Formats: sequence, structure tokens, C-alpha cells
Amino acid sequence: MTDVLQDKRPSVQPSGPLVSVQGMSKYFDVSPPFLTRVLQGRPRRALRAVDDVSFDIPHGSTFSLVGESGCGKSTVARLLVGLYQPTQGEIYFDGSAVSQLKTRRHLADFQRRIQIIFQDPYASLNPRWRVRDIIAEPVRTHRLLPEGAALRKRVAELLDHVGFSNKDGEKYPHEFSGGQRQRISIARALAGDPEFLVCDEPTSALDVSVQAQILNLMKDLQKELGLTYLFISHDLAVVSHISDYLGVMYLGRLVESGTASDIFNDPQHPYTRMLLDAIPDLEMSGRKRIPVAGEVPSPMAPPAGCHFHPRCPFADARCREEIPGITESKNVRVRCHAVEEGRLTPEVLAEAAAART
Amino acid sequence: MMAQTDSSETPLLEVLNLRVEFPTRRGTLVAVDDISFDIKPGEVLGVVGESGAGKSLTGTAVINLLEPPGRIAGGEVRLKGQRIDNLPQEKLRHIRGRQIGMVFQDPLTSLNPLYTVGYQLEETIRTHMNMSEGQARKRGIELLSEVGISAPQDRIDQYPHQFSGGMRQRIVIALAVCANPSLIIADEPTTALDVSIQAQIIDLLKRLCHEQGTAVMLITHDMGVIAETADRVAVMYAGRLAEVGPVQNVIKQPYHPYTKGLMGAIPTVGQKLERLTQIDGAMPRLTEIPSGCAFHPRCPKAFDRCDTERPDPIAVEESKVACWLYDDARVLSGETEQ
Repeated sequence: MTDVLQDKRPSVQPSGPLVSVQGMSKYFDVSPPFLTRVLQGRPRRALRAVDDVSFDIPHGSTFSLVGESGCGKSTVARLLVGLYQPTQGEIYFDGSAVSQLKTRRHLADFQRRIQIIFQDPYASLNPRWRVRDIIAEPVRTHRLLPEGAALRKRVAELLDHVGFSNKDGEKYPHEFSGGQRQRISIARALAGDPEFLVCDEPTSALDVSVQAQILNLMKDLQKELGLTYLFISHDLAVVSHISDYLGVMYLGRLVESGTASDIFNDPQHPYTRMLLDAIPDLEMSGRKRIPVAGEVPSPMAPPAGCHFHPRCPFADARCREEIPGITESKNVRVRCHAVEEGRLTPEVLAEAAAART
Repeated sequence: MMAQTDSSETPLLEVLNLRVEFPTRRGTLVAVDDISFDIKPGEVLGVVGESGAGKSLTGTAVINLLEPPGRIAGGEVRLKGQRIDNLPQEKLRHIRGRQIGMVFQDPLTSLNPLYTVGYQLEETIRTHMNMSEGQARKRGIELLSEVGISAPQDRIDQYPHQFSGGMRQRIVIALAVCANPSLIIADEPTTALDVSIQAQIIDLLKRLCHEQGTAVMLITHDMGVIAETADRVAVMYAGRLAEVGPVQNVIKQPYHPYTKGLMGAIPTVGQKLERLTQIDGAMPRLTEIPSGCAFHPRCPKAFDRCDTERPDPIAVEESKVACWLYDDARVLSGETEQ
């Protein structure tokens, strides 16, 4: 399938977005073992964790990916930082294609400029290292500063950035709480002076009051250092707070993307509408929350055509057979036949909402 | 929203000055410290708090399922006026499941992977109700269809691993309601689930409890779930109750500075704020609970009395708030302001 947007994308020019992902796919081989295949005549199988995903992240902005578990958002994060290699498609970082970075020097520079913060602050810090060594690791790996006073000064500066005093650097990770550890992860990610931070569910393991501390810190750092974020979360309220741009994923495909305000104010894809409907109502406005029918199908055997059709109230024969392409509708890019055909008129939507309650 | 029950009605569950302790080599840790609340028949009481606040322990203490060395060190738990905290385990077993149902966070660990769903349902039904095997199976199939599992006559003979997470949680709920208990203790029933499934489970719990008039003690850290489900809310902090009151008051107009901070810390969709309210610091560890009010080191409104004296819950309108800001003397002299 050709991407409608490819021709418009000025990604190879230096003025383009910091990160541009074009037609990226990642398939995992989940075939049965060789002998089983031969003896029982079973075929090879591929799990399409990420399927033809394209998006741009402009300099200094936050792009969020949302979706339910198993939709491939963490795989996108790992692809972007180079922990996986894409099966198809290309990632452009600051204008240059990542797969073309062949020399060690170019690769090291790319790796320094792009860093990741993981979900679990208990598993992502080495329990045997002092915090100052954890934070200094990227600096040492990339030989950015000589050992000694300069490095110590840099670590102190980083600790200060995330709200610790210099003497906290002498402690070990177990002496800190979950939120504090996540701040240490952020300090470590910032150590190499990166431009792009991939944050894979950085607050989902934290309590709300601590989550607020981390979100505020991330916003402050973005302003101060001009960072660009890819923020991954399943919590739509957190996403609406932090994002400039938003992508909604469902079973490996990016079903809707655009600016966060456009999507939150006027969602186009039926899945996005349902997700937004499912958010608990904290305002207690009496709005009836309409639960989404059904569950996410297994990514091993996704439905044909549009993956969402078994749960979609607007699905027709075409949705069951044909994979929807990208349509531009009201500033957002949507993969949906119903939106493309203009079937989702306000009357149809009102009728569907009435039928579900 | 359920109609406000008459306050003169006897509560279904009464918890009075409950205290849970963990004796350790370095001294006794008080995990739940002198808390009192009640639940009326058919009412949903939400218990919220951050991790370590003691909300799950309160739930397990009510049905006396504390893991040793944890123990109830004081206070009373009354179900329909009868004390249940000092009953021998043998008698308690007839209350658990029959009168109080439980739903835990992780639906995989609360089902036995070696038995079919039907076996587990039938076993529970026959333990508590006088039914033959055939009747129990019929009731099991009915329950499964009631919790929204399609083709229940086929699926009843499947094992837990053949169900998805949301489906398993439905089965756990079916197990909890199978003996028509008068109270269900649901400990983080939706935390392990996706938002869309979470909405389905909350809907199911609400519907079942409404139909059967079952009261629910809903323990969660998710204020959104509370706002949708609960009639009253108890907010816990460091093993103590900070505030108890009707859900509208607690969510929209909280009194305790901790609840205020907590509500401000939650981002809401469609409300573009530059910064969230943040409560600096973290919940104290059980070994180092501050003197006086446990929240005072983080409290923006703390004054000298908070450091020395521990506040008891003070009635403010329909709520009870454990905060010196609402002490009569200060209210009368007009010192408190909203």
C-alpha cells in the first residue's frame, strides 16, 4: 500500500521534523519450530506488531502514542531507539535515514542524541551501582567528558536538574522511592545531552501525586532544554495533558494521527471515539460512559480488512475485506473507510450512540 | 446514583477504631491506624489512597485474611451488628463467600489454573448453598451469562487460561456474587485491565450490585473509577483516614489538603493546564510516620498544632475530615478559608 502522505513530507531537508517515520513495519517470526513445521506441515507465521506506521515529530514538541495493550506502541518505541530493526520502512532522524548510518562514529552520535525512559523504575536501574555512576554512564560510554572534576560537575548539574542534591549521588537506587527512581532515570537519559527522548509509559507505575511531579518535571525540562518527546501511554488524561501531537494505535496500525487538540475535540475514527468515551468522568457531569463492546482480538490472528471492524458499529462489507488507507479529514489523518466515504454524519453517530445506551 | 439511605438505618458493615499491626524485629509497624467507617446496605463505598496508604490491608482486615505476622491489634468489625473480627477461622469461612464476596486485582491468580471455570463455580455454589450438582451447574451457567460471557454452556468447561483478562475478571465477579452476598470487597478490580475493558467491568459491578442490593467496598487508586461508581468515598493516607464523605463533596470540593492536592494532581481530558498541582515529597514509610498529623510535612497549610497533635475526624457538613483546619475553635474565629 502506498502512503498518501509520502510526497508531501519534506523530511530529507534540514528544516523538516526531528523524527520522521515512514511506512515502518516490524514483523516477529512466531513460526512453530522447524521440526514441527516439517512433520505437521505447518507454515511459517509472522506477527505484525507494527504495520505500515508513518508519523512526524517536529522539533521541541511532544508526540504521544496511545492504545490498548498489545497494540504495538512499545514496539514503536524500541524501533525508534534502535533496539529493534524495522522489517520495512525507514526512520529519519534530523534528516538522515537511520539505516544508512553505517560508521561507528555516526551510529554513536545518533545513539547519544536519542535516549529512552522505561516504565519500571525498579528494573531499569542497576541496584549495585551508585546513583552518580548510573547517571555518569552515558557520559563515560560516549567519552563526552574526562574523568574527574568535569564529570563530577556534570553529574551534580544533572542531579540538580531533576531536584536532587549532590550528596544523593552517593546513594544506591534502593534508597529511593518509585518517583525518585524515575527522576534518576530521567537524569541518566539527559546525561548525554540528547535531543529526543522516548518515554515508554514513564508514569504508569507511579501514584497520581508522584505522576504529577514527573509530568511537571518533563514539561519544565522540555522548555529548558528544547527536548522532543515521544510519549507512550495508555492513560488518555495524561496524554491530553502533555501532548502536542497524538497517534492512536490499534493492533499494530496507526488508525488516527494529528494534533492532540484536534483529536480530543473532534475524534474521527470510531475507535478513537470509543476510547474517549471510555475515559472515566471525573467532572461528574452525569455523562454516561459508553463501554466499548468486545475485546482486542489476538494480534496473532487479527481480523481481515480493517482490524477494528468486529467491534465497530459502522462496519460494512468493505471494512471486512479491504485495508483502509490514510484519509485526511478535518486536519487529522485517519485509516477508516467510513470516514473516507463520509458515512459518519452527525445523524448516524447520534443514532449509534442511542442504540448503545 | 443510588438514593441516599436513611442515616438511622443500621449499617451493614461497621468498622470501629480498626488497627492493624506488623510486629517486626525492630518494633511494631502500625499499617492501619485507628480507622472507623461504615457501609450501609446497597451502598458503594470507595476507598482511595496511594500505594502504601493501607487501603488493601483495611479490606483484608475486614474479612480477617491478613497474612501473618500482620494482625488486628485493636478495634471491632461488625457485620449486621455482629462482631466478626474475633470469630474463629472455621466460622469466618461461612461468612466469606456467603455474606462477603471478594474480587482481587489480578484475575489470573484468583482462579485455580488446574480446574475448569465450571468446577470452581460449582464448588463455591455448593459450599454455600444447598444445591445438587446439576442445580449448581445450571446456576453456574446462569451466572456466566449474567456477567456477559457468550456461549456459557460451552465455556463453562474451559480452563482459566482460555479466557482473556477481562473475561477472567468477569468470572471472578461471578464467583464473588454466586452466593448472593450482602457485601462485596473489590480490591483494585480494574487496575490490570485496559480502559475499554475497565468501563465494561465497572458497568457490570454497578449493575449486579444495583439489581441485588449488594453493598460494595471498592478499593482503588483511580479517582475516575470512584467518581463513576461510589456513593461515598474514604480517602486514606499513611494508614489513617484523611477524609470520608459523599462522592460529590470529596471530588468536587475536598476539604482535607491532601485530598485537594490529590484531585489537583490528576490531569483531565480537555482541560489544558500548564502545570498540575503537585504535592512535594512522598508518602512516609511505615517506620517513619511523622508525629501529629501524618501529612503535615507535605501540607502547604500546616501550622504548629499539626506537628504535635493528631487530628481526629471532625464533622464538616456531610463529610468527616481529619484536619486541624476544621477544628471548631478555628472555624468559629473565621480563620479557615476555602
